[in-house]
Amino acid sequence: MNYGIVSQEQLEQIDTILADKLIKLGVDCVIIIDMAGNIITAKDNGESKYDVYSFAALAAGNFATVDAMAKLVGEAEFSLLFHKGQESNIHFSKIDDELLLISMFGKDISLGFLRLNVVEAIDQIKTVWDTSSS
Amino acid sequence: MSFINLKDKVVQVKIVYYGPGRCGKTTNLEYINRKFRDQIQSEMVSLKTHGDRTLFFDFLPFDMGQIKGYDIKIQLYTVPGQVKYNATRKLVLKGVDGVVFVADAMEKQREKNIRSLNQLHENLQAYKESIFKIPLVIQYNKVDLKDHGVPVLPTAVLRKDLNSRLKVPDLEASAITGYNVAATLKKIISATVVSIQKKLL
Repeated sequence: MNYGIVSQEQLEQIDTILADKLIKLGVDCVIIIDMAGNIITAKDNGESKYDVYSFAALAAGNFATVDAMAKLVGEAEFSLLFHKGQESNIHFSKIDDELLLISMFGKDISLGFLRLNVVEAIDQIKTVWDTSSS
Repeated sequence: MSFINLKDKVVQVKIVYYGPGRCGKTTNLEYINRKFRDQIQSEMVSLKTHGDRTLFFDFLPFDMGQIKGYDIKIQLYTVPGQVKYNATRKLVLKGVDGVVFVADAMEKQREKNIRSLNQLHENLQAYKESIFKIPLVIQYNKVDLKDHGVPVLPTAVLRKDLNSRLKVPDLEASAITGYNVAATLKKIISATVVSIQKKLL
């Protein structure tokens, strides 16, 4: 699969989806990365200042580690990956074999509501992505 | 694989420092982190054990400026060198654009260098990359030790061991003093950027 280059138009579509589905909901920061730790796009609410490049590298490592653990216990994958803190939380979701969507959000959003929106966002992103690879 | 963002005009390049345990991969990155502090916006990330050995990887991102209007973001990674961590080494190599092989010039490490280079070859194959094609620079680290009476292999021997078939750019270095650390980095960046340009054209 050639995912190395994404067109400006596709990125704009993806950014719009992220803004509509997640940032509007109150998510602080959303990042799409590939499994090598590259950032495809990052979107935030304008207030949060995360070091997204380091974050992407660590998140890709984290996800790969959890994936390897899943294989060890005979699971194909652990589909839900969620870190809970006092003030902020991180939710990881796989878009496809190469892409990950990461949402960072505060305590005002319920996990269930976030997950519903993440699923919808991913479905929409996949449509944008599929038109590029075909 | 490098990732190119056409909207923001950013190219992300992944360079991995590879080599046997305690050869000086992290020390290379630490020196770069100190020396080029002005160009580095974020902190170096190190995932290490209590004994200061790299557990997963070190990560150091920095901006290299622009080429043809594109911002080049270099991401430096190291792998854990210890033999038992090959699974994590493999993970770090995913999507790699360029490799620096750091060899330990100490006489007693001779065999470990060769074994590590062979494993790099195998690990790259797992990602359908070839050690003969990927941008690669070999660094013979710790040459300063001969001034302290530690037996060090002559560069000619190291070259014969590691670079007789690869024939890639190689240089002596001392990561702890900074000798040739920047030169190594420069060589791998230019080789990697040229190879990305070639792939795109």
